[in-house]
Amino acid sequence: MTSLILFAALLAQTVVIQNANVLPVTKPGFKGSVVIENGKIKEMGEKVVVPGNAQVVDAGGQYLMPGIIDAHSHIAADAINEGSVSVSSMVGIEDVLNPTQISIYRGLAGGVTSSNILHGSANAIGGKCTLIKMRWGKDASEMVFEGAKPSIKFALGENPKRRGSSGSGPLQGSPGNLRYPATRMGVEDVIRQAFNDAKIYQAKWKEYEARKAKGETIIPPRRDLKLEPLVEVLEGKRQVHAHCYRADEILMLLRVADDYGFKIRTLQHVLEGYKVAKEIAAHGAGASTFSDWWAYKIEAYDAIPFNAAVMMRKGVLTSINSDSADVTRRLNTEAAKTVKYGGLTETEALSLITINPAKQLEVEARVGSIEPGKDADLVLYNQHPLSSYAVAQKVWVDGDLYFDRQKDIEERSRKEAAKKVMLDRQREQQKKNAPMPGAGMRRPA
Amino acid sequence: MIAAAWLLALAVDESFVVRNVTAHPVTGPEIANASVLVKDGRIAEIGPKIAPAALKGAKVVEGKGLHLWPGMINSATELGLQEISSIRETVDTGEIGTFNPQLRALIAVNPESEFIPVTRANGITMAITMPAVPGGGTRSAGAGALIPGQMSMIHLDGWTWEEMEVKRSAAMMLVFPTVETRTFNFMEFSPGRTAFSEAKRFYDRRIKELGDYFDRARAYQQAKKAARPDFNIDLALEAMIPVLEGRTPVVIFARDERTIGAALDFIEKQKIKGVLADVQRPGKTLERIKKLNVPLVLGDATRLPEEEDDAYDKNYSLAAEVYKAGIKFCLGTMDNQFARNLPFEAGIAAGYGLPKEAAVKALTIDAAEIWGLAGDYGSIGKGKYADLILTDGDILEHKTKVLSMWIKGRPVSLDNKHTRLYQKYTARP
Repeated sequence: MTSLILFAALLAQTVVIQNANVLPVTKPGFKGSVVIENGKIKEMGEKVVVPGNAQVVDAGGQYLMPGIIDAHSHIAADAINEGSVSVSSMVGIEDVLNPTQISIYRGLAGGVTSSNILHGSANAIGGKCTLIKMRWGKDASEMVFEGAKPSIKFALGENPKRRGSSGSGPLQGSPGNLRYPATRMGVEDVIRQAFNDAKIYQAKWKEYEARKAKGETIIPPRRDLKLEPLVEVLEGKRQVHAHCYRADEILMLLRVADDYGFKIRTLQHVLEGYKVAKEIAAHGAGASTFSDWWAYKIEAYDAIPFNAAVMMRKGVLTSINSDSADVTRRLNTEAAKTVKYGGLTETEALSLITINPAKQLEVEARVGSIEPGKDADLVLYNQHPLSSYAVAQKVWVDGDLYFDRQKDIEERSRKEAAKKVMLDRQREQQKKNAPMPGAGMRRPA
Repeated sequence: MIAAAWLLALAVDESFVVRNVTAHPVTGPEIANASVLVKDGRIAEIGPKIAPAALKGAKVVEGKGLHLWPGMINSATELGLQEISSIRETVDTGEIGTFNPQLRALIAVNPESEFIPVTRANGITMAITMPAVPGGGTRSAGAGALIPGQMSMIHLDGWTWEEMEVKRSAAMMLVFPTVETRTFNFMEFSPGRTAFSEAKRFYDRRIKELGDYFDRARAYQQAKKAARPDFNIDLALEAMIPVLEGRTPVVIFARDERTIGAALDFIEKQKIKGVLADVQRPGKTLERIKKLNVPLVLGDATRLPEEEDDAYDKNYSLAAEVYKAGIKFCLGTMDNQFARNLPFEAGIAAGYGLPKEAAVKALTIDAAEIWGLAGDYGSIGKGKYADLILTDGDILEHKTKVLSMWIKGRPVSLDNKHTRLYQKYTARP
C-alpha cells in the first residue's frame, strides 16, 4: 500500500529541463525549457512556468531531442528466426522478449527510447513483431509499447530463398531437406498462396458470423493461428514490415498487396528503393533503410548511401534503422550521413530517426517529436546530435531518467569491486570442491 | 563537375596552387588563408604568403571557405581482394595453410574493384590491404593461418596494381594464437564453449608451432649466409628474412590482455619490429606496450564491447585510453564495406576523449610513420608527395563533403558506383 502511494507520488513528479537547445524536429528549434509532468511533455518554450515541486535539470546549453526510434532491431529477444516453414505467422517476438539483454542498455545509452523488434528474414512470411520502449530494468511485459498496432515481418530475396538450396552456409538447406521456395518467383507464390488461404479462411468466418447473427446454431470454423494474423493484415488491423533489397522484388510485393487489397506499411532495408521510389510512394508504403551498408551480398551490390535522401525527396516516408545491436547505439550519426549523401537538411536528417519511424509505426501521437502532450521520451546530447562528437548524456523514457552517463561512469568502480567479490567467492568455492590430489577424477569442464 | 574532374585527370603533373584555404599540415597548427603550391607531384611551398614568382604558371584552385588536409590512410582493409563478402569466388583473402609469409596482398589487388573509388570518395588516398582478416568467417578459408602473408600499402588510384603500389611488403601479418574457449558453430549458428584445459592445450601447440617456424627461418637465414653447397631457395622462408633482420615490421593481431602479453613476449624474444593490431582489451599491458615502443593499429571505435559487463563505451574510448598511455597508433576499419567510414570512427573516438588533433594524426602522419612512409606522406609539408583532400569542413564530421582529391599531385576523380547510380535514378522521370 505504502509502495503504491510512493509510486503514485513518483508518477506525479514534475521535471523541468532548463537551458537546453531544444530540437523538437516537427517545429523550429529554440533555446529554453521543457516541462515534464506525469511522464508527458506538458509545456515547452523559451520561458516556462516552473512549478514549485519541480525537479530542475540544468542542461547547460546541451542539445535536447526526441528519443530515437529504431524501426528495425533484433535485440531483447531470445529467438529471431522460426525458419522451419515458409510461413511462420503463428509465432511472435512478444513470447521471447528478454528484458535483461545488455543491448537494451547500450541502445538506451545511444539515445534510443523505442525499438521495433522484428522476427528474422528466413521465411517469406515471418513472425509477429513487437514494438518496445527501452525501459531497462522492467520486465518483459512492461517493455512492450502499450497500445501500438500489431505488425508482422515479411521477407523477400536471398534470405527466404536460402533454405531452398543446399549448401554449407549456416542458413542453407541440406540436399535431403530443402524448403520451398528457392527462387524469387517462389517467394511471390508463397505470399500469394498464403493470402489466398487467408481470404478463404476470412470468408468462412464471415459466413459463420452472418449465419450466427441470423440466429442459426452453427459450429464455428476451426481457428487457424497461422492465417489469423494474415486476415488482420487484409483487414488493415496489422502492419506489414517487409524485408527486401532489389527493385524487382519490391515491385512484386507492392503488386501482390494491391491484388489482395492490403497495404505494405514499410519496406525494410529496401536498398534499391531509390530505383522504384515513385512506385513505393504511390502505394503509400514507408521505407526504412540503412545509412550506408552495401556489397555484403550480391543483392546489396547496388545499395547506395544516397538511398534515404532520394526516397525522401521522391515523397516516400523514410526512416533509418539499425538492424544491429551495434548501429542502434549511434543512429544519430547514421542520420547525419544523409546530410553528406544527398544533402538533406539537419531537421530532415533528424526526422529519419524520430518522427518518421514514429509515423511508420503509427505511434506518432505518442512519440517521435518534442510536443506538449507527447510521451517524455527525450535524449540530451553534449553536442548537436548530428555531430561525430555528440555523446548522449541523459535519456528519459516516459519522463523517467533511464540513462545518465555521469552516473554510469561513477558506478563503474563499485560494480568492478562487486564483481571481484563474486569471482573471489566462486574461486573459493571451486577450491573447496576440488578433489584431493591423486583422486584420479577429472574436474568437471 | 564530375566530367570536369575527369578532364583534369588527363592533365598529369600540372603544377597548381590551392589558395585562400584553411590548411591543416597536421604536423603543425592549422594555417588560415594559406596557399599550398604543388609542383611535380610534390608540395613545393606552404604558407600564408608565397612569392608571386614561385606561382608563375601554376593553375589556381580557389579554396576560400574550404579546408585542405593530407589524404587519409586506412591502416587495415581488404581493398582490391574482396568484393562481395558472402561470395567466396569474389574473395581473395584467407589462403589455406598455417604459414604463408611468401604471399603478397598487392599482386591480387583488382584495380577495378568498386570499393576503391567508393572509399576514395570519402578522402582516403592510401590503404593497407591485408592477405587475411582474422575471424573473417566465410571470407577466410584459411581461418587457421598464423602467418597469412604480407600486407601491402596501396594508393587508391592506378590502372594496375603496380601503379597502385606504395609499399608491397609494408608488413608481415601474424595472427597470434589465443586461448579460445568460446566457439561458434556455423552449421547450427549457435555459440558454444570449449573446456579451458582443452583450449590451453591447443594454444600451447600453436605457440610451439609458431616458435618452431621462426627457428626454422633463422636456421634458413644461417644456411643462406654460410652459402652451404646443399642450400636451396625456399620461397616461404626466404620471405621471413626481412622480418628476422628487422627490416619488415610484423603486424601481430592480438585482442585481449593475455594474448597481447604473449605477443609482447614474442616480440622481445624474437627481436622483431612489432606492431600490434586489433587490440581491444589491453588491460594492464598498455604500460608494457609503451615501454617497448610498440605502435598499434586500432580497429573501429564502434565495435560492440566483447563482454556483457564491459563499460558500454569500452571501444568508443579505447583510442583515448591508448593516447593517454602515450602509445603511437593508427586506425584501420579491418574491412571494405565500411572502409570509407574511417574518419567517422576517428570522430566518434574524439567524442569519447581522444583529442581531435590526435585523431587526425592517427589517420595521417602517425599512420605514415608506423608504415615507414613519413618521409613522403602523411602531412602537408614541403617536399612531401601531394596526397591532398579539399573539404567543406572538419574531416572527422559525418556531414563533411570531400570536394577534391589529389594523389601525388594528380587530380583524382571522386566519381564512383554510388554517385553514378545516384545520378542515374535521381533523373528517372
